[in-house]
Amino acid sequence: MAVAEKQSFGSVVRIEHPVRGESLWMDSWRRLRRNKAALLGAFIILINILVAIFADSLAPKPFDRQVLADNNAAPLWVTQVFPTMIPRGETGGYITISEDYPLGADGLGRDLLSRIIYGSRVSLLVALVGPTFALALGLLVGLTAGYAGGWIDNLLMRIVDLMYAFPTLLLIILLMAFFRLGFENLQPGTFGYTINQIDRASGGLLFVFIGIGVTSWMNMARLVRGQVLSIREKEYIEAARSLGTSTGGIMFRHILPNILGPVIVAETLAIPQYISFEAFLSFIGLGVNPPTPSWGGMIAEGARGISSYPNQAIFPAIALFLIMFAFNFLGDGLRDALDPRMRGVD
Amino acid sequence: MAQFLLRRLLGMFAVLFVVSLITFLLMHAIPGGPFSREKPLPEATIALLNEKYNLDAPIHIQYLDYVGDIIIPRVTYGRIPPSASEDYLINISLPAFMGDEAVLRWVNFGPTYGSRSRSVNDIFRESLPVSFQLGVAAMAVAMAVGIPLGTMAALKRNTIFDYAGMGVAVFGVSLPVIITAPVLQYLFGVQWKALPPTGWGEIRHMILPAFALGFVNSALIARLTRASLLQVMNEDYIRTARAKGLSERMVVIGHAVKNGIIPVVTILGPLFAVLVTGSFVVETFFGIPGMGRYFVTSIRGRDYPVIMGTILLFAAFISIANTIVDIVYAWLDPRIRYD
Repeated sequence: MAVAEKQSFGSVVRIEHPVRGESLWMDSWRRLRRNKAALLGAFIILINILVAIFADSLAPKPFDRQVLADNNAAPLWVTQVFPTMIPRGETGGYITISEDYPLGADGLGRDLLSRIIYGSRVSLLVALVGPTFALALGLLVGLTAGYAGGWIDNLLMRIVDLMYAFPTLLLIILLMAFFRLGFENLQPGTFGYTINQIDRASGGLLFVFIGIGVTSWMNMARLVRGQVLSIREKEYIEAARSLGTSTGGIMFRHILPNILGPVIVAETLAIPQYISFEAFLSFIGLGVNPPTPSWGGMIAEGARGISSYPNQAIFPAIALFLIMFAFNFLGDGLRDALDPRMRGVD
Repeated sequence: MAQFLLRRLLGMFAVLFVVSLITFLLMHAIPGGPFSREKPLPEATIALLNEKYNLDAPIHIQYLDYVGDIIIPRVTYGRIPPSASEDYLINISLPAFMGDEAVLRWVNFGPTYGSRSRSVNDIFRESLPVSFQLGVAAMAVAMAVGIPLGTMAALKRNTIFDYAGMGVAVFGVSLPVIITAPVLQYLFGVQWKALPPTGWGEIRHMILPAFALGFVNSALIARLTRASLLQVMNEDYIRTARAKGLSERMVVIGHAVKNGIIPVVTILGPLFAVLVTGSFVVETFFGIPGMGRYFVTSIRGRDYPVIMGTILLFAAFISIANTIVDIVYAWLDPRIRYD
């Protein structure tokens, strides 16, 4: 910290051998690197990204190949982990043993491992695109409300209050039903038709993104507004204004960089929520379109036979847990690293 | 205080009005009606059904009729035949001089299209108590685990207790119901046979779903409790309390926790509303006949009155919970005044 201050005086005092300064970001990065839990989180996310990218070569089978003769089959080790899954041949046995499927096969004879591998794509895309939608909307509303103040602020914040009163999950279900059915059977060439085609091409993900974005921007808007309110009275904003900087310039050059820390932390910590939203939507059958595998959808399919074939629900549940856990730990570490109140402690 | 309550009440009605309007428009914008089938019904039948349920009226008339049925009290005379369209939540018998068997009836959420003889009020009567019990149990789990965990972490700051406690909390936040439900159900219900894996009606049926639903929220409560307590422990009045010779126990219980709990209370309100109105996932897994399943099935089936009823109920719950939170706020912290 002391180093950084010395440098900011550099233009006035003129230091002979300028010390290499440390930006706040470098400072935070150093702190983050020391946080083992956050690193573990980042590592799991990285693995997940690699798995998602190379799913085609990693997955032993195509995710939609059905071998009906192998439905509900499982390898030996799975029946040992889940002792209630008794292999055929023993008394009361009903599990077809097949070492062909590392984690077992589902009710349609599709390889669970391959489906979990492909399913990572959906979760990761939601983790990346969900926050983008929420961030764009939340930043826009928050910056406008905080900077403009007055009746604009009042109006925007009442809209936010209203959105909070809406039960998020119900609204998202309603929106999804509206998107899924409202954009069906439209004339080619219309806007809705194009949107629907994009959604089809993305395996139903586009509407999931929009649904999550529409219902998740309010926290961000409130956070940004609060931050802007506290920052806009600062002297350096006044200085910028008296120098004749335009409103847009003040917002994007002076205010935005200063609120970025809390914004990043809030979004990272919100990612697990988006992931579980998608899982929930796929669980109730309004998420991605089958046969695109999603962990939430796999858990829903597995839930029906949980007492006979627990592996079909529990393995995707573990995958889902790992990625949520990773983002939570990373977000937690980022908060500790970026939180201004923590700065200067070490 | 009275003025504050009145203002909150008005605000609540304004919110409910807008929520109902948006929901109404959105659900009618979804193509297909409640009587669309894979194999289409004869047009005459659909026309009759639409007429029966007032679905052939212009949309704004439908909306006004719907809202009117809920908020405008009616007085009826004589016995009215039981009907799904005329089922009121509040029925007060009026004294004899007001007319023959005069009854003041109020709050009618309409019929369900899914069944000829059931009304939305029937659904509320049957499912809400179930969801309420489950919500209370889950809330109890969340608080019983979360508040002590957070308090311990805050009081033993930067010790192994703190790190372990917060580790458990991050772990817990990463365990939504969709993960805890199958795991708990398999381990305790199927493999160890300690508790029934599905069913409802007895206390032992409640334990697994309450934990599945409560655990993720206990982690939230623990983090919030810790953060808030840490802040409070630095306040001047804690130093004063110590200076006047109070035991650490008294300082923590009498001064710190009482103030530190305030931010926790704010989250309990909305949380309770979420838990009570039911979680679709947990109810699906454990076969619980609560409100949750209606959220999804009603939208699939375009059961308009059920969609409206469940969303309004939920929104009302959130608003009421928030108002109660504000009142409890003032009680916990005398510095907050509403005037």
